[in-house]
Amino acid sequence: MSQGVILFPSIHFVLQAEKLIKGKGFFIDLIPVPRQLSSDCGICLLIEWEQREILYSLLESGGVKIEGVHLLPAREKSKEGTRKGGT
Amino acid sequence: MGIYFDNAATSWPKPSQVKEAMVRFMDEIGANPGRSGHLLSIEAARVLHETREALSLCFHVKDSSRIVFTHNATESINLGLKGLLKPKDHVITSSMEHNSVMRPLRDLEKKGIELSIIPCSRKGILDPQEVKKKIRSNTRMIVLNHASNVTGNLLPIREVGLIARKHNLLFLVDAAQTAGAYPIDMEKDGIDLLAFTGHKSLYGPQGTGGLVIGIRVKEKEMIPLKQGGTGSRSESEEQPDFLPDRFESGTPNSVGIAGLLAGIQFVLEKGIEQIHQHEISLIEKLIEGLKEFPQVRLYGPENASERIATLSFNIAHQSPSDVAFRLEREFGILCRPGLQCAPAAHRTIGTFPEGTVRFSLSFSNSEEEVERALQAVSHLTRNGT
Repeated sequence: MSQGVILFPSIHFVLQAEKLIKGKGFFIDLIPVPRQLSSDCGICLLIEWEQREILYSLLESGGVKIEGVHLLPAREKSKEGTRKGGT
Repeated sequence: MGIYFDNAATSWPKPSQVKEAMVRFMDEIGANPGRSGHLLSIEAARVLHETREALSLCFHVKDSSRIVFTHNATESINLGLKGLLKPKDHVITSSMEHNSVMRPLRDLEKKGIELSIIPCSRKGILDPQEVKKKIRSNTRMIVLNHASNVTGNLLPIREVGLIARKHNLLFLVDAAQTAGAYPIDMEKDGIDLLAFTGHKSLYGPQGTGGLVIGIRVKEKEMIPLKQGGTGSRSESEEQPDFLPDRFESGTPNSVGIAGLLAGIQFVLEKGIEQIHQHEISLIEKLIEGLKEFPQVRLYGPENASERIATLSFNIAHQSPSDVAFRLEREFGILCRPGLQCAPAAHRTIGTFPEGTVRFSLSFSNSEEEVERALQAVSHLTRNGT
């Protein structure tokens, strides 16, 4: 199953997102931002790619600022996901 | 056992869970929040995040990212004033302000900001209509303390907040004396910038505080007091323009914030209204007792609905510093004499430059301590120096 990541402007929003999503039955994890997506040293939210839309709208309606949603390459490093509202 | 009546300077003792939370942070977390992806860094960031969430419950803030940490209320006030005011802007404040407001405003005045100081009554009461009268075409902000650190009287922030909204002015409230001890509602009170400290009625350690930046404030146009690393946007050499990072450069006092979180949780558990009721019942008892001594002059309002648990008094023909010294040496009562960093307030109530003796209580004080303090003052009134 494909996985993706949601990027946020800062850790405050990562934790805000985690708090909103937690306990609602989704698979999520906090991981370092993959180097190929951003040179930022922060963390992001690891998600199941097929849940990205429902998670995106859940976070958006909760007022969480999102920087981008990206598909993670399946064990290959070359493929990059599409940016949504990046900077 | 001594009696600690200097809670307006800093509350003591703190609930034991404050120290425990700080020790736990040092023992089990200790890392730099938001600076890395490892477990301990995330845990440290979680402490800051939870603290922001707890603070938003205290002050009715909808978006906790609008709460930025500082070291104290003074830094928060400086950030609010210096971050937003420009030369030729006009600011209105009261004659009951602490130097945390007066000194930055006097400094800004030298840089071209116009200042109006509204005289309060000798009891320290501010008439909101006087605020209205001072508004000019270039007025940008109104700055008021929520309660005086000298007399303990509450200022009519809700009425002034309404005036500020009506005239499209920013309203900065210095809540150093009230955050945690008296209900505050950013929206209902019409506050745009709320400066609070962690080490007084929120029972956190010293070196913690913050500024709540209301939604009417354009944070991108607000200048930070300092720039630097935030753990976010590391690829850029420009300061982030989003909250809370824009105003939180450099490693924060995470261990202090861990203690502050425990302090806020204590306050929320007890309930701010309940804390206020307990403190007010003590201060009423103290006021009733002090009124019995003809040699004692009390300042500020007598009505409990107009005040918090801080009061100022003097004993005829005795200097405040002598009274405070004897209270400590002969009775173990720790209080604060003099001007309490608020010369303007003392000029207003007519006690400049000698000042007053200030008793400031907290949730930790008891009726028995109030009775012992009254006996001590009674002794001093009969046995002057």
